[in-house]
Amino acid sequence: MTEIYLIAVDGSDASQRALSYTAERAKAAGAKVVLAHVLEWSPYSFLTQEELAERHARRKQEVARAESTVLGPMQSILSEQGLAAESVVRYGHVTETLCDIAKEVDATQIVIGRMGQSGLTARLFGSVAGSLAQVAPVPCTIVP
Amino acid sequence: MKHYSIAAILALLAASPARASIGETIDGLFAASTGWFVALIFANLPGTSIPWIVGWLVIGAVVFTLYFGFVQFRSFGHALALVRGKYTDPKDAGEVSHFQALATALSGTVGLGNIAGVAVAVSIGGAGATFWMILAGILGMATKFTECTLGVKYRNEYPDGTVSGGPMYYLDKGFRERGLPLGKFMAVLFSIFCVLGALGGGNMFQANQAASQVQSVLGVPAWITGAVLTVVVFIVIIGGIKSIARVTEKVVPIMGLGYVGVGMLILIANYDMVFWAIGEIFRGAFTDSGIVGGIVGAIIQGFRRAAFSNEAGIGSAPIAHSAVRTKEPITEGFVSLLEPLIDTVIVCTMTALVIIITQQLMIDAETGRYILNDAGGVATVGDVAPGVPLTSAAFGSAFGWAPYALSVAVILFAFSTMITWSYYGMKGWTYIVGEGKTKEMIFKLIFCFFVFVGAVSSLGSVLDFSDAALFAMGVVNVIGLYLLMPIVKRELKSYMDRLESGEIKAFK
Repeated sequence: MTEIYLIAVDGSDASQRALSYTAERAKAAGAKVVLAHVLEWSPYSFLTQEELAERHARRKQEVARAESTVLGPMQSILSEQGLAAESVVRYGHVTETLCDIAKEVDATQIVIGRMGQSGLTARLFGSVAGSLAQVAPVPCTIVP
Repeated sequence: MKHYSIAAILALLAASPARASIGETIDGLFAASTGWFVALIFANLPGTSIPWIVGWLVIGAVVFTLYFGFVQFRSFGHALALVRGKYTDPKDAGEVSHFQALATALSGTVGLGNIAGVAVAVSIGGAGATFWMILAGILGMATKFTECTLGVKYRNEYPDGTVSGGPMYYLDKGFRERGLPLGKFMAVLFSIFCVLGALGGGNMFQANQAASQVQSVLGVPAWITGAVLTVVVFIVIIGGIKSIARVTEKVVPIMGLGYVGVGMLILIANYDMVFWAIGEIFRGAFTDSGIVGGIVGAIIQGFRRAAFSNEAGIGSAPIAHSAVRTKEPITEGFVSLLEPLIDTVIVCTMTALVIIITQQLMIDAETGRYILNDAGGVATVGDVAPGVPLTSAAFGSAFGWAPYALSVAVILFAFSTMITWSYYGMKGWTYIVGEGKTKEMIFKLIFCFFVFVGAVSSLGSVLDFSDAALFAMGVVNVIGLYLLMPIVKRELKSYMDRLESGEIKAFK
């Protein structure tokens, strides 16, 4: 069975590190790579009337922006190294959605970069990498 | 006691000459210019003392309830499942959810109608008005279902992805689809009333009640509150400062929960009175409790306030609900039927129960009939004015701090309703005159001007005009609903068949 590495990316330096870490290993293992970008979203948030009317248009813009500024550049980095990568943009609770994507694409491993927050913020709100490590359905690598 | 001090403040302010002159002048101008319109809408049925318009929406609601086989009861569970997102594809996350459309529509409807309107209803129609209000609310669920399904089905989607929906679109497109004439005419007529309704019930009534609450609790003159509200509304709708609107949208649902919560506390504290209050509601609904007009008076007040509060049949809700992203327009219909339930059956009833239980309405101990005041309403303890001051006095008699909290709630409710209605009114306006920066700016300026007018005017003529404009929207809209309801029936049948056969599946 081919290995499938799912990289959770958000355009930060941390996800660049996760990308180069995974690229090396994917080449060595002959694995497929899937890039996943999740935009934080709750269907239970409150929107104003105008936000409702513009929502669909905004969503299209946001997805296009994610593809052109985050996923596109990463895909070209991977293709330079001879790796083909699929990409997924999704809305939802970040950790839960990443787990859902992992199951959908049959990922054998999830890789995520660590933002390295410390102190109060991290204690209060936790971090995506931290909570992903807790609930991921497959082995999860956190790249510092 | 609290209400005596409120009454004292009120009396003091009423005596101040500056306010009386501004208020009375504007009120006089207002009554003179809108009187004919109000008289037309509230004309009595020949040979009776029943305004024809009151029956209109209720008959509509009864027709829709029967035509769709009590959809509000049969599909209630499914509506809850839809709101919880059980039938939403997770891949569609990021689009407007059923919950969001419902929440935004609710923040436009849950407002002063629930606080002030109900107080007006029981202070004229007695406790019995509550019964008729709840009944109208339950029937109104079927009307909302019909109009919101059509709203989504016939909305306009523009190339850039924004959506625009509402009665004007289904009147126009739906009529054309069924080969009916005058669709465009009806759509324009609706839009005209929508603009008037936005300026009346969606604006002046709100500003008026907010100002009078602030005046009675904090003693701030109405024109100051009016000026402040005008500036803030100006900043949001013209200045484009979205953050204020966004904060309000988030605070208002919490306020709503808090309002119901405090009401519940008062009911629990007076648990021994709850059955008496329910008894009062039924007694007033079916027997002559001494109010002007007897049972009919109670029915009229109950129906009128329910319609004003939950707006079923008025045609405003389809504008809000049509933004939802769904392949099945009918799903938004199901969701929208929860709106009159939350608004009227829960929140309005809470207000009524609190007023009744805290015994704000004076009852003759010997005869058990209401004591009437000079104006023909039920006399209240401390002679507080109907509207927000009565609700405020009722809550204040249980908790001393409640009138202050209520003042904050009233201002926020009024503000969020004004913002929502400025959008509804704008949709009507642009439907008539076309879209464009200058045209939109003209409407926004008019809207801001009327915030101030509403705040300084006295309640009577403003309330009449608000009701008249809203009901006029309902006249046009309900005619449209009658003619288009077979389309909704087809959608309903097809959806239900597919739900039963398992073609439409739950995702969670």
